[in-house]
Amino acid sequence: MRRARIGLLVLAAILLALPLALPNAFYFDVVNRMAINAIVVLGLNLLIGFAGQISLGHAGFFGIGAYASAVLTTHFGWSPLAALVAGAVAAALLALAIAPPIFRLRGHYLAMATLGLGIVISIVIRNEATYTGGPDGMPVPPLAAFGFEIGGEREWYWVLAGLLLFSVWACQNLIDSPFGRALRALHGSEVASQVVGVDVTRYKVTIFALSAFFASIVGSLSAHYVGFVTPNCAEFFHSVELLTMVIVGGMASVFGSVIGAVLLTALPQALATIEGWETVAFGVILIVSMIFLPKGLVPTLAAKIGWGR
Amino acid sequence: MALLEVSGLSKTFGGVRAVQDVSFAVEPGVVYAVIGPNGAGKTTLFNLITGIYTPCVGEIRLGGQPVTSLPPHALARLGMGRTFQNLQICMNMTAIENVMVGGHLSLDRNLIKGMLRFPAVRRADAALRERAAALMARVGLGDQLDVPAASMSYGGLKRLEIARALAATPRILFLDEPAAGFNPKETAEIAVLVREIADSGITVVLVEHDMKMVMSISDRILVLNYGKRLAEGTARDIRADPEVIAAYLGTAA
Repeated sequence: MRRARIGLLVLAAILLALPLALPNAFYFDVVNRMAINAIVVLGLNLLIGFAGQISLGHAGFFGIGAYASAVLTTHFGWSPLAALVAGAVAAALLALAIAPPIFRLRGHYLAMATLGLGIVISIVIRNEATYTGGPDGMPVPPLAAFGFEIGGEREWYWVLAGLLLFSVWACQNLIDSPFGRALRALHGSEVASQVVGVDVTRYKVTIFALSAFFASIVGSLSAHYVGFVTPNCAEFFHSVELLTMVIVGGMASVFGSVIGAVLLTALPQALATIEGWETVAFGVILIVSMIFLPKGLVPTLAAKIGWGR
Repeated sequence: MALLEVSGLSKTFGGVRAVQDVSFAVEPGVVYAVIGPNGAGKTTLFNLITGIYTPCVGEIRLGGQPVTSLPPHALARLGMGRTFQNLQICMNMTAIENVMVGGHLSLDRNLIKGMLRFPAVRRADAALRERAAALMARVGLGDQLDVPAASMSYGGLKRLEIARALAATPRILFLDEPAAGFNPKETAEIAVLVREIADSGITVVLVEHDMKMVMSISDRILVLNYGKRLAEGTARDIRADPEVIAAYLGTAA
């Protein structure tokens, strides 16, 4: 835990110092996207890395948030904050409703069920063109609350940096709490956790809903930040991107989530010259890291230098 | 009144009748052993009582309350604990974390409070850690608190199973072959430990192959053969029972 706290302080220092090093709005934008991905990946890693349950449809929850913010503010005149909360609650409720039957499944079947869920959400977004603009997407008004309006990469940077720090802190706490211990235990041995009183299904369902909740909030923020949403944000490839970040960074590793998000968000920028082939690059990276770094970057390096988690 | 009453319990897997019409009762505070040749249905019986399997027929009562077919986590709330013959240790955690999982029900498991690091949750967790450390010392693992479970020896993991089960402060504890794979000295240590657990007021139900251990610490013994109850009684009764002797040693043709 002490090491985790040192990591948190280091991250805070980096986030404080970073604006001095970023030359222009373009770089702020890249870092903001890193932070957005990192927060979603933190939640997804709780589900995948710590609880040992796969989700191939997480972009669907991100999309629910993004489109709740876009549609409710544009068509129904809701305030952005109310729309954000409504989206997050809807995502969590949807997760709660469908999770009990889904979590009777394991392994490949669970992957298929979550994959199907994500596809259903993205199809709904695509087809409800009256509200969502269909495949073309729709503009999203800026995020305004309590008389303030967040505009520009620099202002967003502080919002997202603060949220990222809070998320890392909350994840560290959760993992170290009785709830988090039960999650890790059911990953290690379901039957052993059951016989000491862990209601395994309830824990899986709860963490699934929690990660959906966070994905939706970040989806909303992302929509306001970019100012435009397209159905791509809810689609399968986005789910795979998020999953790749978890695996490359390190399953069951809080800082692995952050590192994975940072690396794989920077990647498309680095690959700009081979545009159109990013998807292939993602696939190759996923395969290579599964073979050579099955535990992910951060846990492997931590083990190398003799650190625990 | 008996703490555990099992009546007419049966379980079939396909055509295999693993447990057939088994009945017995366990008085509080005793060491109750279940023995029998390999494949006699001992572990299946444990799995039925502790909710891992659902019985086809029969009834189980714990403290007079019917608990047949309850899921394991519900039985844990009612004070039932167990260890596993084929180790069930969380290899992704440290030794003491495994034991602390045993104390799961004694803690405030609220998600939000845990995420926001409420001081009361932290204090209770720290207290559980102390208790877990004491339990590890009691089973002989006092020097391996923060060792990753994955790097512990087989014997260490068997003891860790017992410590985790004790951390749940059960009323009745099912030990599935706690001394399997142990040398005579280690077996003797486990025998002493099991007796101490029973003397501290936790009823112990034991499956074990080491007859010396079973005979020395058990108050009553149930013998199973081909899923059926063959005999039940004190160690002396069992030793003298001709059917038990026949089952173990074979009869003259």
